Amino acid sequence: MSEETKSPTPPPTGEPKAAAGEAAPGTFQSPSEKAGVPPKSSAPPAAHAPAAPAKPSAPVPTPWDSPMVTRLKGHYGSGIEANSYLGQNFMVVDSSLIPELLQVLRDQEQFDYLVDVTALHYPQREKQFDLVWILYSFKRNERMRIKTMIADGASAPSVVAIWPAANWLEREVYDMFGIRFDGHPDLKRILLPDGWKGHPLRKDYGIIQQDQEWVQINLGIESGQ
Amino acid sequence: MIDQTMTDRTMTDRTTTDQAMTDRTSHLELEQHDKTFLDSNELIINMGPQHPATHGVLRVILKLDGEKVLGTECVIGYLHRGVEKIAEHRTYSMFNPYVDRMDYVAAVSNGLGYCEAVEKLLNVEAPPRARYIRVILTELNRLASHMLWLGTHALDIGAITPLFYTFRDREEILKIFEKYCGARLTTHAFRIGGCLYETYDGFEREVKKFLDFVTPKIDEYEELLTTNRIWVERTKGVGKISAKECVALGVTGPVLRASGVKWDLRKAQPYAAYADFDFEIPTGQSGDTYDRYLVRMQEMRQSLRIIDQAVGKIPEGPIMAKVPKVIKPAVGEIYHSIEAPKGELGYFIVSDGSTQPYRVRVRPPSFVNLQALDMMVRGALVADVIAVIGTLDIVLGEVDR
Repeated sequence: MSEETKSPTPPPTGEPKAAAGEAAPGTFQSPSEKAGVPPKSSAPPAAHAPAAPAKPSAPVPTPWDSPMVTRLKGHYGSGIEANSYLGQNFMVVDSSLIPELLQVLRDQEQFDYLVDVTALHYPQREKQFDLVWILYSFKRNERMRIKTMIADGASAPSVVAIWPAANWLEREVYDMFGIRFDGHPDLKRILLPDGWKGHPLRKDYGIIQQDQEWVQINLGIESGQ
Repeated sequence: MIDQTMTDRTMTDRTTTDQAMTDRTSHLELEQHDKTFLDSNELIINMGPQHPATHGVLRVILKLDGEKVLGTECVIGYLHRGVEKIAEHRTYSMFNPYVDRMDYVAAVSNGLGYCEAVEKLLNVEAPPRARYIRVILTELNRLASHMLWLGTHALDIGAITPLFYTFRDREEILKIFEKYCGARLTTHAFRIGGCLYETYDGFEREVKKFLDFVTPKIDEYEELLTTNRIWVERTKGVGKISAKECVALGVTGPVLRASGVKWDLRKAQPYAAYADFDFEIPTGQSGDTYDRYLVRMQEMRQSLRIIDQAVGKIPEGPIMAKVPKVIKPAVGEIYHSIEAPKGELGYFIVSDGSTQPYRVRVRPPSFVNLQALDMMVRGALVADVIAVIGTLDIVLGEVDR
């Protein structure tokens, strides 16, 4: 894939697995239990990888170096951490750099196409949410992801002014996770009805859970299911 | 003609069962209520959710001045099934058939994108033979999807005949799918690591026969429409969108290409076996409905070209890579996207090292493309809204997931 060939990252160095966590602190979270799933073994799965001889060693995130990363790091300092996993580049940035960094990426680094905005929920963590922007540059034929962590109840800056495409995407994140976006022109639910309570893609929202009151009132179903 | 008093009365006269609709009060409706009856000629009407030309259950609230569209608002979510939530409670293989239910007219493409994304996350690659079979089926599916689009789009605009023609010919593709994997629409044709089924006896011969059968049929569709005066008048200059606007709105697929951007993921970041084939990326210039029609017609011919090359040289060998029985990717995340018939279809999968994905995010092309509707129909006529919904080629199953 050209995505891989374009990536300037050296191949994984085959360091011991324990180093993976240090290479990218806060990048990947330890497995958390899902509702209805029997508890898994407590050891992180990465630790299993060397034990199983048949399996090739699990890939680890490697630092991502490119002129762009150097430029951005020079400007923003330690707020940026750039890594590459399975040939895909991503940056974990401090939430205070959003949206300025995204603006710079579009205006100066030619990432003109916002592919997707999405989020992840880690209930055990202090800052519960990961916000992810997937960007693509037509000129460079390059993809990257920007990740930042925000706390439950905190709002994120909207990027609708930078990419109008973010409008519905941010509404979906709000609908599914309850993350509010400051400066969004019309932030309201998009897939679920306006009066719905709860945000289904949060981990504490059960898979068969519904807003029973809403169902009873609006659909006339007594049981609410 | 519906007058102002009537619309206002119907708005207040709603019963509780209609509450679901009123709940989704749009800003357009609010603006309308604030005004007195006399100072405005504006009219708010609902198109859908039960409307034959909305291709499913799309509700568009139109703000009109006579026949002219002043603004629109899409109300979506009627088909929301919580696909992304379901994914978190299924194993990687169990979730595979679910993706077929998003864009159900291009189920094979959905499956390809998902399987390849998980393969990438597992760091395995499907064997060459499987990749060729995938290309053939996916391109057949692109044809089927474009045929369905053409038939319904033409029907919306008032041409009934193309629908019968395209459905007749699409049937032949579905027959091949059925013979290959037993299903016609939601095929679940691929598995993580390759394909489950070997091609059946005479598969290559039948696909070749189909190519010979369908090539003149595409000419036939073009004969019906390309120079048809009514078709040209209804589509030329309608729903224009420039390349710059497409990029800003994240619009991809034939809509982007019809605006003159030569970008196709099959070429830009080749996946499956697309790097092995010789094909063109058709583009348009003006970005109107007519150009999008031409681009899709050309794409159908290019698909035939790809299938023709692929069928001629399917490599021998296994069809399944070495994938563990229990799929348990290492902790990490992946984004993989493919060129689905409607645009960039992406999967963002996060693994926590367990047998179930921690999160599967689908980047649906229909959802993002539909966002451009408002921009494309402002200032146009009501009838053009129908044409533009058709030309965007949305599938509500994918918009709502």
